[in-house]
Amino acid sequence: MSTPLNKLPIQAVINGEPKMFLAAPGQVLADVLRDELELIGTKIGCNTGDCGACSVLVNDRLVCSCLVLAAEVEGQSVQTIEGIADGAVLHPVQQKLLEHGGLQCGVCTPGVVVAAKALLDSNPNPTEEEARYWLAGNLCRCTGYDKIIHAVLDAAEAIREGAAS
Amino acid sequence: MAVQEFVAPKSLPEAQGIFANDGSASWLAGGTDLLVGMRLGMRDPSRIIDLKQIPELMALEVSDDSILIGAAASAYDILHNSEIGSLCPGLADALDLIGSTQIQGRCSAGGNLCNASPAADSIPALIANGAVCRILGSSGERLLPVEDFLVGPGKNALKADELLVQLVLPKPMLGTSDAYLRLTPRTEMDIAVAGTGVSITLDTAGVCTAARVAIGAVAPTALLVEAAGQALVGSKLEDEAIDSAVTAVRAAASPISDKRGSAQYRTHVVGVLVKRAIQRAQARINAGAKA
Repeated sequence: MSTPLNKLPIQAVINGEPKMFLAAPGQVLADVLRDELELIGTKIGCNTGDCGACSVLVNDRLVCSCLVLAAEVEGQSVQTIEGIADGAVLHPVQQKLLEHGGLQCGVCTPGVVVAAKALLDSNPNPTEEEARYWLAGNLCRCTGYDKIIHAVLDAAEAIREGAAS
Repeated sequence: MAVQEFVAPKSLPEAQGIFANDGSASWLAGGTDLLVGMRLGMRDPSRIIDLKQIPELMALEVSDDSILIGAAASAYDILHNSEIGSLCPGLADALDLIGSTQIQGRCSAGGNLCNASPAADSIPALIANGAVCRILGSSGERLLPVEDFLVGPGKNALKADELLVQLVLPKPMLGTSDAYLRLTPRTEMDIAVAGTGVSITLDTAGVCTAARVAIGAVAPTALLVEAAGQALVGSKLEDEAIDSAVTAVRAAASPISDKRGSAQYRTHVVGVLVKRAIQRAQARINAGAKA
C-alpha cells in the first residue's frame, strides 16, 4: 500500500483545545486520535462501526470515530474519553461504573462512558429501556451489561441530585 | 491504492465539476457504508468527495405540499426534526431501527437508498410515502420514484456523472399515516429478515382512499406492491381487504434462503408484518383524528 504524501493539515478543537494535525486523505479519526494526537483512551475494536469502542462526540454528536474521516472534522469540535473527567474529578458516569464494577477488561469502557455521557446530556432521566437502546451499539463481552446499565441510571440520578442541590 | 485526495465542496456545481473529472471518486455522506466497504476491500476510491458542506444535501424542509430531505442529512437530524417525525412516523421508525445511536449520528436516508441493500430499513418506508429522488447530472436534473431508483442488490440507477441530491415526499394529507415494521432475531443492531412500509389514507368515514404497500428483504430490491395497495382502497380495512393485501404481498415476494431465514419463512413473515403495519397506520390515523 502506498503512503500518500499529500497529508492534509486539519484544525479542530479537541477536548476544548484548538489543535492542528496532519491526516492522510483516507485516514479515519480513530487512528489520528491515537497515532497523531496520542489520545489512546479511544479504543479500536471492530473498525467497522459495530462495537462502539471508538465512540467520540463530534460537535456533541455521538459517532464511531472509526467511521469518520479525520479530514471531515476540519473546523469542528471533538470530545474524547480524555475530555470527560474534570481534571482529577471523575464524571459521574465514570464514578458510578467504578462503584458498580461496571467494567472488567476495560476495552469497551471509554466508548461506554462517552456514549452514556451523550445520553445523559440529552436525556437526564432515561428509563432502563431507553438506556439499553441508546447503548446497544456499545458491545461489552465481560459484564453482561447489567452493571453498566445500573451505573448509568445511578449516574443520571447523581447528576439530577447535583443539579438540584 | 489508497485515497489520494479528500475534498469538501461547498456547492452543487463545485461537487459536479470534481466528480466529472474523476471516475474513481466516491461521494461521502455519513460513511457508514463507504468506509466499511473500504475497510473490507470492496471499495477503493482514489478521491473522496464529502457532501456535507453542500446546503442542498443537508436540507430538511417541510412546505405546504412536500417534505424535502437532503440526501446527506443524518438519520439523527431527520429524527430530531419534529415535523418530519410527526408527519411520517413510520419513516422515523425505520430510520430509528438502523444500526446504533452512533450509526444514526452519521447514516443518511440518501446513503441508505444509494447503497441499495435489499434489506435497507428506510427504503420501504420511503416507497410507501411516495418519495421521489431528485438527481443532478451533467445534463441537468431528473426525478425518479424511489421504487424505480433500485436496480438490483447494491445497484442503483445513478449514472456515472449523477448525484442524488434530495428525496422529495408529498406532504401526507389529512387522514394519512404510515408505519414501518421489520422482523429481526435480535431487537437491535441487526438486519431485517423481512420488512414492510405502509402508507394509508382514510376518509372521515374510515374508508381507505389511497394506500401504498412496500416490502423489503424479500426480493432483490425493495418493492412497491401496487396490488396490495389496490386491495385496500375502497375498503374500511376489514379482514378480507387486509387478507387480499397480504396475499398480494406474498405473491410479489421472491426471497432467498439464508442464515436469517428460509424463503418460505420470509414469505410468511412479510405477510404478517404487512397486516400489522396496516393496522398500525390505521390506529395512528384514528389517534390523530381524536387529537
